Amino acid sequence: MYSFEPTEEQKMLIDTVARYAHSNLRPASHDADEEGQLPIDLIKKGWELGVLQASTPETYGGFGEHSSVTGVLATEEMAWGDLAATISVMAPGLFAVPILLAGSEDQKKEYLPTIVEGDWAPYSAALIEQHFDYDPNELRTTATRDGDYFVISGEKFYVPFAKEAKTMLVFASLNGQTQGFIVPSDHNGIKIGERQKMLGIHALPAYPVKFDNVRIQSTNRLGGENGHDFSSILASYWLTTAAMALGVSKGALEYAIDYAKEREVFGMKVAQKQAIAFMLAEMATEIEAIRVLTWEAAWMLDTGKEDAYKEAYLAYTGAADMAMMVTDRAVQVLGGHGYIREHPVEKWMREGRGFAMLSGMAII
Amino acid sequence: MIEFEEPKPITKQNYMLKTVADNMMRPVSRYFDENEHQIPWDYITFMHTAQKATGIGGGLAPGETKKDADGKERPRIGWQMLAFQLEMLSWGDVGIFLCTPGGGLGSAAIDAAGTPEQKQKFLSRFREEQPAFGAMAITESGAGTDNSAIRTTAVLDKEKNEWILNGEKIFVTGGQKSLEEGNGLVIIWATIDPSAGRAGIRSFVVEAGTPGVKVTKLEHKMGIRASDTASIVLQDCRVPFDNILGSPEVQAKTTTGFKGAMATFDNTRPLIAATAVGVARATLELLKEILAQQGIAIRYGLPRQKLTSVERDVIDMEMMLRSAWLLTIKAVWMADNRISNPKEASMAKVRGGDVVTKITQKAVEIMGPMGYSRDLLLEKWFRDAKISDIYEGTGQINRLIVARNILGYRGADLR
Repeated sequence: MYSFEPTEEQKMLIDTVARYAHSNLRPASHDADEEGQLPIDLIKKGWELGVLQASTPETYGGFGEHSSVTGVLATEEMAWGDLAATISVMAPGLFAVPILLAGSEDQKKEYLPTIVEGDWAPYSAALIEQHFDYDPNELRTTATRDGDYFVISGEKFYVPFAKEAKTMLVFASLNGQTQGFIVPSDHNGIKIGERQKMLGIHALPAYPVKFDNVRIQSTNRLGGENGHDFSSILASYWLTTAAMALGVSKGALEYAIDYAKEREVFGMKVAQKQAIAFMLAEMATEIEAIRVLTWEAAWMLDTGKEDAYKEAYLAYTGAADMAMMVTDRAVQVLGGHGYIREHPVEKWMREGRGFAMLSGMAII
Repeated sequence: MIEFEEPKPITKQNYMLKTVADNMMRPVSRYFDENEHQIPWDYITFMHTAQKATGIGGGLAPGETKKDADGKERPRIGWQMLAFQLEMLSWGDVGIFLCTPGGGLGSAAIDAAGTPEQKQKFLSRFREEQPAFGAMAITESGAGTDNSAIRTTAVLDKEKNEWILNGEKIFVTGGQKSLEEGNGLVIIWATIDPSAGRAGIRSFVVEAGTPGVKVTKLEHKMGIRASDTASIVLQDCRVPFDNILGSPEVQAKTTTGFKGAMATFDNTRPLIAATAVGVARATLELLKEILAQQGIAIRYGLPRQKLTSVERDVIDMEMMLRSAWLLTIKAVWMADNRISNPKEASMAKVRGGDVVTKITQKAVEIMGPMGYSRDLLLEKWFRDAKISDIYEGTGQINRLIVARNILGYRGADLR
C-alpha cells in the first residue's frame, strides 16, 4: 500500500524535535552563525532528544530499529531550526551510524553502547576531499594493506569536530573500493589543520585532516576482515543531506510567506501580487515534490529495495537544486531586506548552496 | 506508516494495461496522429468489452469500499487505481487514451455533485452493450479559466419543469463522440442567474440526442489529435428539471453550488497529472533506450561535476518524473482517504504539466536531428505533452490555487 502518514511514534519524535528546533535552535541560530560557535548545552540538549538512540537496537544501547524514514523525518524538523546545530547534534552519529549499518558485531559492541548511552561527545567521520571533482566512490585518500595493518594516506576536508573528536571514521580507497576505517585521532601521522572558513554553516567547527602513512590495525576496517558495502552508507549520506535541505528550504519558504503577508506595496500586501505568489507556490510545490521523493528513497533503503541507491541519488540531486532555488527566492521575496543579515534568509541561501557538495557531514 | 509498496490490484491492472498499450495503442499511435478526427474504434471496442468484463479501465469514478471475505474493510485505493490506469494508457498514447469509452470527466462531475438517483440514471449507460462517452463543457470563447464569465444560460420553464439552455461551448474534449457516437452525455456549465456571477453557475446533464444541441466544429490541434475537441451550440435545448447537478436555488452571495462543481477538479487534476507522467515516462524510456543503443550508460551516483551534459539531463529528468508521479500518488491517496486535497491536487498538476513539457522538449533536443523527425514518436509526445499544462486548469491557475492555500488567502485576497 501507499501511505504518507507517519506512525504515532514518528509523530511524537517529530513533535519533540520540532519543539526543540523552534524553542531552542531558532533563537540561537543568528548569533551562532555570526560568532562561529554554538553553545555546547544547546548541542547536548539536541542529542538528548534521542534521534540516534531511537534508531539503534536495544542490544547496542538504543531503543529501536534503524529507520531511514524516521531519520529523514526528524532531520528535516531539526534542520528547520538550524543547520550547523543539526550537523553538530548528529556528530556522534557520523561515527556511529556507519558502524550500525556496516560494522562487524565486535565493532558494534565495542563502540555503539558507549556512544548511544552516553552524553553527547565529539565523534567524526572524514569523507570529503579537496578537489573540484571529489567523488566519494573514487577517493584519492588510499588505504593499503601491510600485514596486520592498513596504511592510510591522503587529505580530507570539512571534517566536523576533527580537533575535538577522539575517534573518527576515515574513508579511503582500498583497491579502488571506498572503505571505512576506525582511526583514533591521536595516531601518529595525523595532522589536523586550521578550522575551515566556509560560505555557510559558520557555527560548525570543521577541519582539514592530513593522513601521512597512518598505520592502523586491520581489525579497525569497518565491517571487519572482509570490509563492507559502501553504497548503503553513501545512500544514507545522500538522504540525510536531502532531509537537511528540506528543513532549511521549509524554513525559508515559511519566512518568505510570513514576510510577504506583512509587507505593504501599492496599497496591498506583496503576497497578493501574482509575481510573488507564484514564486511562493513554485517553492512549495518543489519542496513537497522532493519530500515525497526523499521519503520513498528512505523507505526503499529501509526495505532493501534494489533501486534504493539510485533513488537516494535522485532525491539528493533534486534536493540540492530545490534548496538553491527555494533559498534564493526567499531572499528575492524579501528584496533588499533579504540581503541584510538581520533576516535569516541570506544565511539559508548560503547554506542552500552547500547541499550539492557537502554530503558526508551528517548521516542518519 | 509511510510506505510505497504498490498495491497488488494495481500491479495486476498495470500488467493488463501495459499489454493494451503495447498492442492496441503504440502500433497505431502515428496513424491516428496523422489522420486527425478518425476514431480509434478497435481500441474503443476492446476497452468497452474489457471494462464490462473486468471493471477496469472505465474511467469511472472509483466505487465504494470493498470488503474482504471476512468482512474487514479493504483500504480504499480507487483513485490510486485510476491514476495508475491513466498513467499507463497515456504511456501508450494519450490521444487515443482520451477516446476511452466511459464517462470520463462527465461522470466525474456527476459522481462528485449528483444525487444517488442522478448517478443511477446517468451513469448506467456506460455499462451497456454499446460504448458511450461523457464530456465536460465549460469553456466559452470569452470564458476559460475565469468560468464565472460563462454566458451560456439556463432558464427554468416552470410550466414544463424543464431547463432551457442557450449558448456556445468550445474546446470540449470528446464532445463529438459524447453527442454523436452512441448514447453519451455532456455536462454543460451555464448560469441560472447572470447577475449572480459565480453563485449562479450550475452544471447540467445533456444527453445525446437531445434536440437543440449540436456539434458545430472540430478543432485542429498541435497534439492529442486522436481525441476530438468540439464546439457545441445549444439552441433552446430543453432538459428535464432533474438534470441539474446541485441546488437549483441561487442563494444570495453564496457560491456553494459553484464550489461543488469546482470540487470535481480536486479529483480530476491529479488524474491529468497522471496522464502527463505517462507521456513523460514514455519519452524518457525511449530516450534512454536509444542512448543505451549508442553505448551511452548513465552513471548514477557521480558528483555532477563529473557527469556529461546528457547524463545530467537524463538524471534530472528522472528526478523530475519520479517526484511528479509521487506527488500525484499522494494527491489521489488523499482522495481515497477522504482527506481534503485541493493544494496537493494543484501541486500535482503544476508539477506534472511542468515536467512533461520539460522532459519532452529536452528529449527532442538531446536526440538532435533524430528528435525532430517523425520517424520517432518523440516529436509527437512533445506536441501531446503541452496540453497537460493547459487543460483542467493551466499551470498558472493551479499556481494561484497553491498560492492561496499556502498563504491562507481566499479568491478575493489573491486574484
